[in-house]
Order: sequence, then structure tokens, then C-alpha cells
Amino acid sequence: MFRGRTFLLFLVATVAAADPAPQSSIDGAIRYGLGEPLTTDQIAALNISVLPNGEGLPEGKGSAREGATVYATHCAACHGDEGEGRGDFVALVGGQGTLSSTQPVLTVGSYWPTATTAFDYIRRAMPYTTPGVLTADEVYAVTAWILEKNQIIAPGTVLDRRTLPKVRMPNKDGFLPDPRPDVAR
Amino acid sequence: MAIAAIPAAVSAEEMRTLGAARREYGERSQFERSARLFPPASSTPMTGASRSPLQDQFGIITPSALHFERHHSGVPTIDPATHELAIHGLVERPQRFTMSLLKRLPSVSRIHFIECGGNAGREHRGNSGATVQQSHGLVSCSEWTGVRLSTLLREVGLKPAARWVLAEGADASRHARSIPLAKALEDVLVAYGQNGEALRPEQGYPLRLLVPGWEGNVSVKWLHRLHVIDQPMMTRDEAASYTDLMPDGKARAFSFEMESNSVITSPSGGQQVEGRGWLEISGLAWSGRGRIEQVDVSTDGGRTWRQAELQAPVLSKAFTRFRLPWRWDGQEAVLVSRSRDETGYVQPTREAIVAARGMKEGPDGFNHYNGMKPWKITREGMVTHV
Ligand code: HEC
Repeated sequence: MFRGRTFLLFLVATVAAADPAPQSSIDGAIRYGLGEPLTTDQIAALNISVLPNGEGLPEGKGSAREGATVYATHCAACHGDEGEGRGDFVALVGGQGTLSSTQPVLTVGSYWPTATTAFDYIRRAMPYTTPGVLTADEVYAVTAWILEKNQIIAPGTVLDRRTLPKVRMPNKDGFLPDPRPDVAR
Repeated sequence: MAIAAIPAAVSAEEMRTLGAARREYGERSQFERSARLFPPASSTPMTGASRSPLQDQFGIITPSALHFERHHSGVPTIDPATHELAIHGLVERPQRFTMSLLKRLPSVSRIHFIECGGNAGREHRGNSGATVQQSHGLVSCSEWTGVRLSTLLREVGLKPAARWVLAEGADASRHARSIPLAKALEDVLVAYGQNGEALRPEQGYPLRLLVPGWEGNVSVKWLHRLHVIDQPMMTRDEAASYTDLMPDGKARAFSFEMESNSVITSPSGGQQVEGRGWLEISGLAWSGRGRIEQVDVSTDGGRTWRQAELQAPVLSKAFTRFRLPWRWDGQEAVLVSRSRDETGYVQPTREAIVAARGMKEGPDGFNHYNGMKPWKITREGMVTHV
């Protein structure tokens, strides 16, 4: 009825269920064993994190050419036809070279240190009123459109899980760790 | 003695009329008007903040209904019967917990403030808030109940490479922040209770992270996923937002702790002092680095200081109420408070902060501002900002 490993798991589960004492972990503290196991499929369905090294990026690809259509359909109404921003909606393009000036313009292009952040944020939160409608290809494409408009990637660059983490953002080295307390009395 | 001498209040109507019926869920008196404040609707639907009326708060606990709120894509409606917390990544046993399983784990209750990283940021810019609600209303303090994050991380078992924990909300922005493992194991809570009842929806119902003393943005609300990783994920709100841009164009990132702060809430901007004589100066102090050790109050704009009384118990990373009796002589006065926390750090002036950090706004304005806030009392008793 039970074969090999499955049986072993069954046995462990039965013994654990029959044992009223909580298990001890390495540091001696109690482990209660109340959580339900999370399967690989369940994790895949939930996990939308993208790390700077590209871990978590999905299959798929896109370039600014397809991105222009995605952008015009899903983004331009708020962020402006060229990504210049509109009213309360922030600009996504421009501002490079302004950070040390008296009028810094902070955008994805001028300020963000990592390209994966753009993919991650657009996939989780944009379009603002209908997040989650874009396919992976469309997120790659619109990310490429924004990066190309900012002249960060060469025209025609195809972004995918391999190329996106390699994009070098202009302000990559623009961040310092928290030095506080920094204010003299 | 004539009957007519009985004061009007004693013969008041309510003493001769039956009172109202019972209520299953209590509400405040119809005469109370204290409310959160938010700017007029912008063209962005549902995003925004509301500010807590600190001028009306007694003691150290902010009523749940008046706790400040900040969210990026509205307040989701989440059924606790189906809500789950998933924990995965660099762990031995990826697991999910229903609300009822979470409530079976050992719980703790702790009183902590939450302060938005951008609280009082406009003061840095020089736009001095006219009321304490406008200037400092993005901070509140509650008793939070839940499970220690360290308990949950022990349940799933950390792998040796684990260094950070990404927390993600189940709201429409899927708000996400990375927290260093040392902090996660130190004092972070996965909270379901606020001031004796379930969290309010604006505060993350049914489940939130509570990261004591750190900028509010990391206390992820509507918590549904914890992802253990070996490096920060660089979400928008840590890679770009909540960074502090310095004069040379470089920016500070991962500035988590909210530094020692204080503000006088009474008398404060917009209020009227009714005549000279004794009154109580009262306010709130807090520090993301621990306990408040001392609060000094000046009534002459910072020339001379007197030590205020701190209401016990003084708790770590919680509001501390301070009070000082004062006799107003009817002359113009400038009231200001300054706090010192257990690390010895003293709350600075705005000038000192501007000298150290300059005047360049980050992507979301100025963050991590904790300058002293003066209030002026005019000869007519009007309290205004300086
Ligand atoms: C309904 C208006 C609207 C639409 C449509 C929209 N956005 Fe946004 N976008 C916003 C708002 C509002 C914010 C700020 C949200 C916040 O801070 O919580 C934002 C923020 C952003 C940011 C972060 C910018 C920064 O500097 O912080 C990016 C990137 C972005 N949007 C990309 C897109 C893309 C790509 C699309 C199309 C797929 C899109 N947006 C569609 C309203 C919109």
C-alpha cells in the first residue's frame, strides 16, 4: 500500500500525531509543528519575488517594440505618452545627470539601482487600477520600453530572465548605507 | 434658601428621561468629533494617508479608529477564514498557517508606536504644519498581539544561507519589504490583535507584521507571505522610495530606525489658551532605538529648559507621555520639547538636520525627520506654528 519514502513520511506523520510532546529544535526551544506543508506548486503560484540576481524571474521575453503597444494600452493614460508623467502620476523617464544638481529629477531611469526592481514592481502593482493583467512577456516588454526610453539599453534589446539582471542602471552605485546617528547636537 | 438657586445643570433633562438602549458594539459619544485628517481626493484613486489627531489623544494608546493609515492601493477586504500565511525560501520546511493555527502558537502583547518614514517630512522642507495632526499625524501607538516572528521561523527551520526575510501583503500593490534576519529574530511580531480586538482593516486585518521602532513601511499589512532570502530583494520601497537623497547626489538606503522624537500636543497649533495662569504642557515622545530617558520642555524657544515628568511605565519603542505644569503670564511664548533616548541620543533641531542632510527631497519627499517642533503662543493665547 505504501511504497518506500511515502511510507516513511506516513510513519513520521503518524508518530508525530500520536506524540503529545512538541518536538525540540537544535537550540532546545520547542517546535510546535502546527503549520501545513507548502507544496512546490503552491509556492510557485504565490511567489512573485524577483531578486537582483534574477532569481524568481519567469520564462518569457520582450523588447521595446512590443513594449510600446503595452505601454500605450496600459500605462500612457497615467504616466504620459512618453513616460514624462502626468499630473499626480510620476514620470518614468528622464532625469539622468540631475541627482547632484539643485533640481534632481528622480525616475526609474535616473535613480533606481536595479533593473529587476522595475520588473518586480510593474508585475506586482501596475497597471495601478488593474494589477496582474499583464503576461510575463508584456512585463518584460514594457520594462524594455522604459529602459530603452531612458537610453539604458540599446534599441532592440530583448529582455528575459537572463538579460534583465545584467542591465546596468546608471545610479547603481548611488546608494550608501545608513550612517545615522549623523546629526550633531 | 430658595428653590430657584438650584443650578440649571442639576435639573437637566437627561436626569428625568430614560437613557439610550444597550449596544452590542460601543461607539463614542455623539459629542466627540476627533477625526483622522486626509487631504482632498487626488486623481489617484484609493492611494493615500490619513493623519492621527494627536492633539486629542490622552495617555499613550491611540484609539484604533484614529490610528494613522497609509496604503498604496486601498484597504483590501480579507476574510480571515480563508486567509493564510505562507513561509518559504531558505527554510527547511515551507509551511502555511491559517489564522486559527497562528492563534494556537504562543502569543505576546506589546505596546509599540508605528511611525511612517515620511512623518513630519514637510517640516524638513520648511512647510511648518499648522497643527500637530498636520505636522506629526503619521505616528500612532497601540498594544499589538500576535506571534513572534522568531517562533514562526523556528517552525519552518532556517537554512544557513538565510539573511533577510521578505514580507508581502495581500493588497492590490502586493506591498513588499525585506527585513534583515537579525531584526526578524529580535522583536518582530506577526500580529492579529490591536488594542484588545482584531486589527482594524486599515491596520492590516487580519494579519500584519509589526517591526518595532522601524519606519512604518516595513510593518507590512495584510501579511500573506514571508520569503526567506540571502539578500534584500530591492523592492521599489527599499531600492528607491524611503531613501534619503544627500546634497552630493548620493542617497542613503535601508535607514530603518526612527530616531528619538517628541512633540508637544497640548497646547499645540490651532488651539486657544483661555487666559493666563496654570496649565499643563503635555506631549508625546518616542524612539525607535529603545526607551525615552528624558524629555525637556522650553517655554522661551529653547533658551532655558525644564525636565518634564514621564508617565510610567516608560516602554521601549512606545509612546511616552510627558507633562509639565506651567504658569502662562499672558506674554508671547515659544514652547518646544526635546527628547533623549536610552542610547544618549538627543533630538536635534531642524537647523541641525538641514545642516547634516541638506535640502534635497528623495522620491517621496523627506523621510526620517525628527526635528524639534516649536509652537508659539500669542498674547491673545492663540497657538500657532513658528
Ligand atoms: C491609473 C493610473 C496608472 C496606470 C494606468 C499605470 N500607473 Fe504606474 N503608477 C501609478 C501610480 C498612482 C503610481 C504610484 C503608486 C504608489 O506610489 O503607490 C505609479 C507608479 C509606477 C511606477 C513607480 C515609479 C516610481 O518612480 O516610483 C512605475 C515603474 C510604474 N508606475 C509603471 C507603470 C507601468 C509600466 C504601467 C502600465 C503597465 C503603469 N504604471 C500604469 C498610476 C498608474
